[in-house]
Amino acid sequence: MSTLIEEVTRAVKQQGLSRRNFLKLTGVAGGGMVLAATLPSAAFGADDLPTLVGSAELNAFVQIASDGTITIYSANPEMGQGIKTALPMMIAEEMGANWDDVVVEQSPIDTARFGYQWTGGSAVVSSNYERMRKLGASAREMLIGAASEAMELPREELRAANSEVVHGSGKKLSFGDLAALAVRQPVPDESKLQLRDPSEFTIIGKSISGVDNLQIVTGDALYGMDVKVPGMVFGAYQKCPAIGGKAVSANLAVIKAMPGVLDAFIVEGNGRVDQLLSGVAIVGTSTWAVFNAKGRLEVKWDESGASKDSWTEMVANADRFLQGPGKTQVVNNGDIASGFSNSSNKIIESRYEYPFVSHLCLEPMNCTASFVKGTGGEADSVEVWAPTQGPMGIAPTLESLFGVAKDRVVTNQTRMGGSFGRRTSAEYVCEAVAMSRHVGKPVKLTWTRQDDLHHDYFRAGGFQSVRGAVDEKGRLVAWDQHAVGMEANGRPVFGSGFRQTEFPFLNLKNARGTLSLMEIDTPCGAWRAPGANTHAFVVQSFIHELAHLAGRDHLEFLLEIMGEPRWFKEGSAGALNTGRAAGTIRLAAEKAGWGKTLPEGRGLGLAFHFSHAAHVAEVAEVSVDANRKLTVHKVTAAVDVGPIMNPSGAENQVQGAIIDGLSTMLGQKITMEQGRIQQDNLDEYPVLRFPASPDVAVHFIESDFSPTGLGEPGLPPLAPAIGNAIFAASGYRVRTMPISDEGFTV
Amino acid sequence: MMGNWTLNNGGNSVAKYSLMVNGTRRQFEAEPEMPLLWALRDVMGLIGTKYGCGISLCGACTVHMDGTPVRSCTVRVSDVGEAEITTIEGLADPRNLHTLQQAWIDLDVAQCGYCQAGQIMTAAALLADKPNPSDADIDAAMAGNYCRCGTYVRVRAAIHRAAGQMASAQGLPAATVGHWEPARTEAQS
Repeated sequence: MSTLIEEVTRAVKQQGLSRRNFLKLTGVAGGGMVLAATLPSAAFGADDLPTLVGSAELNAFVQIASDGTITIYSANPEMGQGIKTALPMMIAEEMGANWDDVVVEQSPIDTARFGYQWTGGSAVVSSNYERMRKLGASAREMLIGAASEAMELPREELRAANSEVVHGSGKKLSFGDLAALAVRQPVPDESKLQLRDPSEFTIIGKSISGVDNLQIVTGDALYGMDVKVPGMVFGAYQKCPAIGGKAVSANLAVIKAMPGVLDAFIVEGNGRVDQLLSGVAIVGTSTWAVFNAKGRLEVKWDESGASKDSWTEMVANADRFLQGPGKTQVVNNGDIASGFSNSSNKIIESRYEYPFVSHLCLEPMNCTASFVKGTGGEADSVEVWAPTQGPMGIAPTLESLFGVAKDRVVTNQTRMGGSFGRRTSAEYVCEAVAMSRHVGKPVKLTWTRQDDLHHDYFRAGGFQSVRGAVDEKGRLVAWDQHAVGMEANGRPVFGSGFRQTEFPFLNLKNARGTLSLMEIDTPCGAWRAPGANTHAFVVQSFIHELAHLAGRDHLEFLLEIMGEPRWFKEGSAGALNTGRAAGTIRLAAEKAGWGKTLPEGRGLGLAFHFSHAAHVAEVAEVSVDANRKLTVHKVTAAVDVGPIMNPSGAENQVQGAIIDGLSTMLGQKITMEQGRIQQDNLDEYPVLRFPASPDVAVHFIESDFSPTGLGEPGLPPLAPAIGNAIFAASGYRVRTMPISDEGFTV
Repeated sequence: MMGNWTLNNGGNSVAKYSLMVNGTRRQFEAEPEMPLLWALRDVMGLIGTKYGCGISLCGACTVHMDGTPVRSCTVRVSDVGEAEITTIEGLADPRNLHTLQQAWIDLDVAQCGYCQAGQIMTAAALLADKPNPSDADIDAAMAGNYCRCGTYVRVRAAIHRAAGQMASAQGLPAATVGHWEPARTEAQS
């Protein structure tokens, strides 16, 4: 079906066919229909918008075959966050489709037709909710128009439901029967489209199993790793262990003589870590052949320009930084001095630390690329098959790096075996293209697990000192927070800065937040809930420390900080709403049995965090024994992200974020010395296993606010909830992640 | 081993192998040290078995050797011999799924899904051995299968569900019941 749409679109583009012609052509060629709608201007920059349906910039998401099969394109990349199911649900809902008739296909990459093809920031649901529904509503109106003609009944008396257009008299026609007629209907004016009232929903809000589940459980091809193209050979790429070093020479003759090796060569690269770093490429007849040869590779590296980063030095530098406030003042509310100088106030200061961590996607970085040298005056072209969060960025990158015109690049998006923010760079794509260009064959590049750990874009480590004062009544009266993070080229790396709006600054009258940054060369990037994933640990642990100092119940103390229900920026999903926050905090506490009597060595810990437009509270129930063996019995979460699209998928994201948060805080730590990452594989970078995995209960508050995403925000409250529970159980205060560094085991 | 011999292929040693995979005899040439994982994926085109770590620590490459779950990333093709290999593609006919596969779909277990073939293969061996597993049995059997997305709660529940269905299909009392309670929603407070 994609072939049909591609053909038609090409025809439209090349011949400037009118929309009417386009629809006819589609109807004739496919026996089905293509419905298109304009994009609302809210989600994207107005200049980029495809506006005229049927023009060169058409959008097409829906086809109906005469047998009633409804094919819906999912245009955004799927990495396990569930949008390949959730976005088509929105379209199908407005159409009045029966979900059993729907087949979802991953769309080609063509932003002129499909809009912004990217995923990240837990933003795809919120930025597409109205747009997808309008696409569905547009399709529905064309089907109703067709039925009105066919049945000679006024369209006002018809409605679409269960893949049929029905009349009160009982007359009805199926979508499949109407498809050919519907393509001749005028495309409705977007501004006049009526969206269904949520009370009518039959698909949105229902638990729907993921559209790829059958392929997943039967081992069918879905992922970048599964791509096979004719004539393909296999590739591995060795970069300098000290990030940014250049390959000078290597034992290429030895490597070329190894079993299954077809070629080995040095790639100079352009020096950019997100594009093409220098390295040694090995191409062979199987993945094993090139991995095996890679193990025998001996390379002379020029490390003059390579990273010299050292975790040991960072720790030592942090101690110096934290002797006073940070150089950069981010927040300065009211007066903190009087709160800290008043002798009747109680004051506490604590130092927190968190490490660099890796994304550890189970499917390592990989890409299949076919570079075809132009012949007979034809220009070069490239086709890539890539697991990536940013497929729309591939063609421009390859144009700049390889001089292949953007319109000579075809990008195929594959399902991703996890990403968590990792697959937003294009270096593994560029490496595959460089290798394919060199050998003149399609190359499937696979990174080894070691490559994947060494050449990640890490969550940056950091150090914080927080000082707080509570008055005689136990109220929080002064807060002074100094975060030491990392910078590259003079700018904070992803997640290392913090904003004035970060909780709890807006909640507090007297608060200061300062920042210090260390210059590093280790690449850092988005890692599930950037910033929030470390900030929540510090802030929510320290609030518990203050509650304890004040001799107060943590729940009550936290709700007091939240204060009266108010929205810090009215109408902005990105702003904390203290009423919604308090709702989640109360619900999580209630469901977890806050205040219940627990045996010795067992405790409850509470934490809340606001990130990615989501209000999330979590309560952990843990036991700790005398040897610091930790058992996490249960984690209870309360989440307010507005209406839930797919309860099954939404709950899975929160369950997973909690397990991920626990796995990360227990034992994961990336260190580097002389610019070299020191962890090679899972034996040195431990992960949470079944026996230590807790029960998780998730509760949603389905408020009437507009829906927002869930890929990330379930994670940040987990670490402080566990830390606070450990304190409640044992009196030991966790201030360092991973907690294995403080002697804890599971 | 039946019918294996070494060839000289341009100085590189390869041998011929004849392995029973998913009930079919497959003949191919490969280097003797090639792990079964890569022979399955790159030589036989059975890509359902996944690479994750290469050192037997993630479980994504789990297949059955004579019914026993093994990590195919560390089993050399030359060590397979006459053992019968079953991969996720051979666990059941896709039109007539294994009870576990159906339970995985019913409970919407997967997130990214990359590890799930390995999870299902280990679980299938567990149920063949222990049709009525406790949570502790599941945790012990599945401890070597890592899920980066954290679907452990649902994997446990899906194994319990399948065990119950398989028991009742044989007229046996309902097997163990998982204790995962699906998410509840609350009215707006």
